[in-house]
Amino acid sequence: MSTAPAPAREAPVFRAAGLTKVYRMGEVEVQALRGVDLELFAGEFVVLLGPSGSGKSTLLNILGGLDAPTAGTVECRGHPLTGAGDEALTRFRREHVGFVFQFYNLIPSLTARENVALVTEIARQPMAPEDALELVGLRDRMDHFPAQLSGGEQQRVAIARAIAKRPDVLLCDEPTGALDSPTGILVLQALERINRETGALTVVITHNEVIARMADRVIRLKDGRIAGVLRNAARADPRELSW
Amino acid sequence: MRVLHRKLWRELRQLRGQVIAIALVMVGGIGTMVMAQTNYAALAATRALYYGEYRFAEVFARVKRAPLTVLDAARAIPGVREAEPRVNGFVTLEVEGYDEPITGQVVSLPRPGDPGLNRLFLRSGRLPRADGEVVLGEVFAEAHGLRPGDSLVAVLNGRRQRLTICGIGLSPEFIYQIRPGDAFPDFERYGVLWMAHEPLSTAFDMDGAFNDLALTLTRDAREEDVIDGLDRLLAPYGATGAHGRELQLSHRFLDTELDQLEVMTTLFTAIFLGVSAFLLNVVVGRLVGAQREQIAVLKAYGYGRLELSLHYGQLALLMVGAGVLPGLALGAWLGRGLADIYMDFFRFPYLEWSLQPPVIALACGFALAAAGIGTAGALARVFRLAPAEAMRPESPPVFRPSLAERAGLAALLDPAARMILRNLGRRPLRSALSVLGIGLAVGILVMSRFQRAAIEEMIDVQFGFAQRDDFAVTFAEPASPRAAFELRSLPGVRAVEPFRSAAVRLRHGHREYRTALSGLPEGGDLKRVLDDGLRPAPLPADGLLLTDYLADLLGVRAGDAIDVEFLEGHRRTLAVPVAGTVHEFLGVGAYARRETVNRLLGEGGAVSGAWLAVERGTRPGVVSALRARPRVAAVTDRSAMVQGFRDTMAETILTFTLVTTLLAGSIAVGVVYNASRITLEERGRELASLRVLGYTRREVRALLLGELFTLAFLALVPGFLLGTGMIWLLVQGFSSELYRVPLVTSPPAFAIAALTVLAATALSGWLVRRRLDRLDLVAALKLKE
Repeated sequence: MSTAPAPAREAPVFRAAGLTKVYRMGEVEVQALRGVDLELFAGEFVVLLGPSGSGKSTLLNILGGLDAPTAGTVECRGHPLTGAGDEALTRFRREHVGFVFQFYNLIPSLTARENVALVTEIARQPMAPEDALELVGLRDRMDHFPAQLSGGEQQRVAIARAIAKRPDVLLCDEPTGALDSPTGILVLQALERINRETGALTVVITHNEVIARMADRVIRLKDGRIAGVLRNAARADPRELSW
Repeated sequence: MRVLHRKLWRELRQLRGQVIAIALVMVGGIGTMVMAQTNYAALAATRALYYGEYRFAEVFARVKRAPLTVLDAARAIPGVREAEPRVNGFVTLEVEGYDEPITGQVVSLPRPGDPGLNRLFLRSGRLPRADGEVVLGEVFAEAHGLRPGDSLVAVLNGRRQRLTICGIGLSPEFIYQIRPGDAFPDFERYGVLWMAHEPLSTAFDMDGAFNDLALTLTRDAREEDVIDGLDRLLAPYGATGAHGRELQLSHRFLDTELDQLEVMTTLFTAIFLGVSAFLLNVVVGRLVGAQREQIAVLKAYGYGRLELSLHYGQLALLMVGAGVLPGLALGAWLGRGLADIYMDFFRFPYLEWSLQPPVIALACGFALAAAGIGTAGALARVFRLAPAEAMRPESPPVFRPSLAERAGLAALLDPAARMILRNLGRRPLRSALSVLGIGLAVGILVMSRFQRAAIEEMIDVQFGFAQRDDFAVTFAEPASPRAAFELRSLPGVRAVEPFRSAAVRLRHGHREYRTALSGLPEGGDLKRVLDDGLRPAPLPADGLLLTDYLADLLGVRAGDAIDVEFLEGHRRTLAVPVAGTVHEFLGVGAYARRETVNRLLGEGGAVSGAWLAVERGTRPGVVSALRARPRVAAVTDRSAMVQGFRDTMAETILTFTLVTTLLAGSIAVGVVYNASRITLEERGRELASLRVLGYTRREVRALLLGELFTLAFLALVPGFLLGTGMIWLLVQGFSSELYRVPLVTSPPAFAIAALTVLAATALSGWLVRRRLDRLDLVAALKLKE
């Protein structure tokens, strides 16, 4: 069913070993990750699949430098993320990572173009905000405020904002979670196109099995452990998907 | 405890920063109000009690010399209950080791059988038993460190006499001890002493006579009728016109002071009430907005709408309630302290100070009013909210380009600036009220420096421009100009300008006013009258110049004729034209050329005294030479008086400035801190998102601080205007015949106010910094808007 992908011989973008994460929720200890080993490569489209509480968001947050593991190590292109201070993690996010969230997290007081500019102004080699919005098909809605955009449009602005800095990694946490199926597919098309055209490692979290078909690799998480890795022979076109 | 109450306490704890900010403003407001109220009540009550116990007279009359036999006729005037004849005169005093001229006012004590009005309170010692014994006024004794057993020298009617101090005392007649005609008290150079009637009569050649009458009235008496009767009776004896308490010097100053206290109280109370109400409005409004869903769920569970409105009402009450007790305590402490400062100037034997129930009720009323005004809107929203509607989240905020951007300045603004401006523009009313609140703090700060600036300006103008003499010499009797010019021969005297001054009653229509008509030498340099623009005004060849305040009081304008009743000399009433008005800050009066006054009095070139300018370093010699002249009744040392006043006022002004600065600071911190907390709450998610996108802590901080400083900067100019407005109110409230305060604002006052408020803004920013730095990045992404 699968052949080993060529990137396997390259150095991975992310290498995680023995990742463990324990939260304290009041009196209770929650074991979110229980020893995850993982390598992610440039240009890959990876889907992290799993039910709620499987630890996929925790993993994504650790990879994105938003959270630190309790034990284990992560490095990005050979630079360790574990043990890095707030300043280093901020710089890492600023220069290398693009985030897309379930609830978009747009700044309501800024227009679509300005929300993207928010990132391009602090990035090293950004694309023009207009070009980023073009990539997600929103060129003609650039000067609208979030309140004037539909959910799908808002999520595409968030994607444009995430990719405008030409990130090495695009991390998406349930990007279609708050959207209906046709709108969700538009968003996935945008993600696929960006992955193809910019070569950014794209990691998408979802509990929607259908989306897994468009990935290069599907990593299943259960109870904080990797339950299985699946390699698709060919990536499905998002237009073929429906749920 | 009911669950709803538990919710209340937990929310109070969560909001504790803002609760403290609001309580701080409440404490300031209630504190100021209680301070002023208790102080006002204490002064008024103490005065009333003192007047009653020590039998302060109700009507006062001065004559040149009247035989004691007139007394029966005075007592027979309808409405007069008691009349006490006194000898009351001015003397020159010498205190060992003190070289400057001192004016003493000696008042006789009641004879046996007299009613005993204006009784003395003895702080120490006893009443005089022998001829050379005196009771000395307390402030003067303190200023010179004199105690019973010490002695001093008085020049009584030209005779030097050593007097022994047998007691230190106070009188309701001299609560405020100020030399008649002076603007400021001078405890070192003016003192009151009391002597037994007999020896004082002898010293002043008043055996079997009196020159001062104090009276009390029957309950049904009309004061004006009694005064008219007295004036008719005493006219042949050189009366200068009887008057009631309202023209009694000490009483008048105290009245003016109480009036000013009332103006200040009203102003401060209104400001604090407004600011507290606004803060509550923002905090409770925000809380109700954030808890829409909770309110809906509670209503769905069957909680009544009144019950829920009351729930939030209780929250507001607890917030303001937190300020009541500390406010009362602060106010009581400050009020007590202020009363002590007042006691330096206004001498009472005791102080009736207490925290009365009405004041406590007023403080609670203040808190209730703030809660009511501030939260009525939010509580009404809770009341009206339909559960089904509330289950849906509040509609997303609508933003639009800010005014600056629409004006074409978009290119100049970075996204951060745009976020700031659009956020402020989204809630224009709240932003405007924040600006107003901070502006009030700026205004109070501008105002707090006004008192000092105004007094400096008054001193500069009055003593740099209008009165430029070193000494004012008053003769015991009008004398020939030669007597004045003789003084020119004293070593060190540079210039002598004689003047003629007469007591008059000015009348226009039904309005009248008692004052002095001053005849000034033409082209004089030591005493000048000033026009509106504070430039020296020429003296008219004919007619009078009136102080503008007096002209308004009498309703006269230039060109009108006015009746001038002379209270000395021929004692006739003459119609004299008013040639114009002059401007002065201290006192009111009428001015004319000296020849004009001499002509009106039908006399030759008589003078009442002279102004002297002396060479530097010759003061002590001049003073002792003047003292040696029997004709000289009083010597006023101008610069020493001004300096003395500055020293006395320094502490009061410092206290006032300090207290108002603290109050303004509490307002500024309260408003700005609250604005920052609200911003943080409303936009925490947004700021956390920025952090996720790679913005550093410093950059996110800049965004929040940018908003706070934008508010503060926007508040500066309105604050300057508000401050000027407050000063204007004070100037109006402080205007009286005694003095008019000039409206002075100065660039340093504005600068200091601006810097203080910006510092308070920085402090508020620093206070929320920790919260900002601890924003939970992960949680912010999981929350639905």
